Amino acid sequence: MWELIQANRRKSILIFITMGIILILLGYFFGVAFLGTEGGVFGIFIALILWGILSLVSYFSGSKIILSISNAKEVTKEVHPQLFNIVEEMTIAANLPKMPRIFIINDQALNAFATGRKPADSVVAVTAGLLSQLNRDELQGVIAHEISHIVNRDILFMTFAGIMLGAIVIMSEVFLRGYWIGGSSLNRYKNKSSGGGNAQAAIMIASLILAILAPILTRLLYFAISRKREYLADANGARLTRYPEGLASALEKLSQSSFNLRSANKAIAGLYIVNPLKKTGMKISDLSSTHPPISERIKILRSMMHGVNFADYQNSYDKIKGTSETIIPASGLNLSENIAIRSELEPIHNLTKKETQRKLGDIVMNVNKYKFYNCNCGVTIKIPPTYKADKITCPRCGEVNLRD
Amino acid sequence: MSAFLFFVIVIAAIAFYAVSIYNSLVRLRNQVKNAWSQIDVQLKRRHNLIPNLIETVKGYMTHERDTLENITKARSAAVDASSIADKSKAESQLSGALGKFNLVVENYPDLKANQNFLSLQEELTSTENKISFARQSYNDQVLFYNNKIEMFPSNLLAGMYSFIKEEFFEIEIEEEREVPKVKF
Repeated sequence: MWELIQANRRKSILIFITMGIILILLGYFFGVAFLGTEGGVFGIFIALILWGILSLVSYFSGSKIILSISNAKEVTKEVHPQLFNIVEEMTIAANLPKMPRIFIINDQALNAFATGRKPADSVVAVTAGLLSQLNRDELQGVIAHEISHIVNRDILFMTFAGIMLGAIVIMSEVFLRGYWIGGSSLNRYKNKSSGGGNAQAAIMIASLILAILAPILTRLLYFAISRKREYLADANGARLTRYPEGLASALEKLSQSSFNLRSANKAIAGLYIVNPLKKTGMKISDLSSTHPPISERIKILRSMMHGVNFADYQNSYDKIKGTSETIIPASGLNLSENIAIRSELEPIHNLTKKETQRKLGDIVMNVNKYKFYNCNCGVTIKIPPTYKADKITCPRCGEVNLRD
Repeated sequence: MSAFLFFVIVIAAIAFYAVSIYNSLVRLRNQVKNAWSQIDVQLKRRHNLIPNLIETVKGYMTHERDTLENITKARSAAVDASSIADKSKAESQLSGALGKFNLVVENYPDLKANQNFLSLQEELTSTENKISFARQSYNDQVLFYNNKIEMFPSNLLAGMYSFIKEEFFEIEIEEEREVPKVKF
């Protein structure tokens, strides 16, 4: 696993360097375009400061911001023992140093994400809708996928790549606006030195092209990496659970769900297990998407017939995609291991719509610290945390129950 | 002078590389140890769950005295076992007994409606899972460690500082290879 992480890290550093060069070029050209030749260094300086501020803010408050945007609440084991157990199981399987903290999002959409900059300080968040509709094997598949993101340091990487992208987008935006508004100030330079005028105009045009192309190119780079990491997390998830069908069947349910996540926005879309913004189930490979098409992810997982090691996933990927792009770093493919697929833990038991709704309601109430009280007549009384009285009258049998 | 400097730099680079390999060997060996202790932790967890489980189901399963007694017996054998061979034998007997129990539970709808029992059952399922995941993780760590010991250039250092290959956790009994099926 360590070698895999290292290989990932090496690749990430290459991408950071590429993005960094684009950012520095932008800074330089914009500086020159606005302030003349000596402005280049100043432009680079501004670009680096912008990048530095964005990085610091996100490094020190990253998960907090994400968790508060997404409306997630931290929960204890009593709220959902099964979820806790599954996260603990996957923590053991992945040999993480510490169990991630667990959050539930009170939303009936089906989604999940992981965050946190290092494995010892990470978070897994799932929606109440997900908990109410997935069975144990499926939930395990989803959690394994999220834990894989944590193991592979994907969150740290994607956050920093996102910041780099953000800095580039802001720089270009500022430049383009400045160009339209402050066009006249640029003319001053033209008049001052008639010899430099042509060079200045050339720089101007180059900067304009750069300002338009740089964000697009960086975005494509970012999305391509993001999609690759989703595949890798699927592969690792299947390997951890020894049961690709769990994740496949969960993804299928996620793609069929018609609820949209209310709190989702563009900034954190890349973190979720499936894209919370797009209507899912699309067939065409979308270049500008953070996630691979869900139908392809399902097909790849389902055609892993022989085993669940990394090479099996890669083979299955090649077969479905018809290409041989490497998803898994070589050190993962070279592991001489043979892992069989395990059998399902419990038969798929589909709940009716009503049962699912009740389960969802119970989870939401649990998260909001409702107390559940069983009356002798069989009715479960659900008491909101604001109810302070000692006695509870059962609405069905009228029996007065004492609060314990 | 510059030749000397070059020589020093090369030596320093080699030393630095060797240290990093040595450290990763140590880290991998510790991970193997850690993964092994994780199996023990989970087995203990299972031992602690069983008295609770028996207490809860005793009233319902009056006709299944044998099944319950088997579980209790297997548990105390597992708790008392000291050698690794004894331990693994006792633990697999315990797994077998619990597997039988899970089949019998099907016949007791009352029991399956009991909230207390359901949460115990979830704990039991999860503990079984955790045991098998802990074994799986142990084998993963052994694989990474053994690979590192065999591969060049880390094999040179492994030989010098006697890092020895670890054994995989193999399950001897054939039925044990299958994950115990838990039905609800």
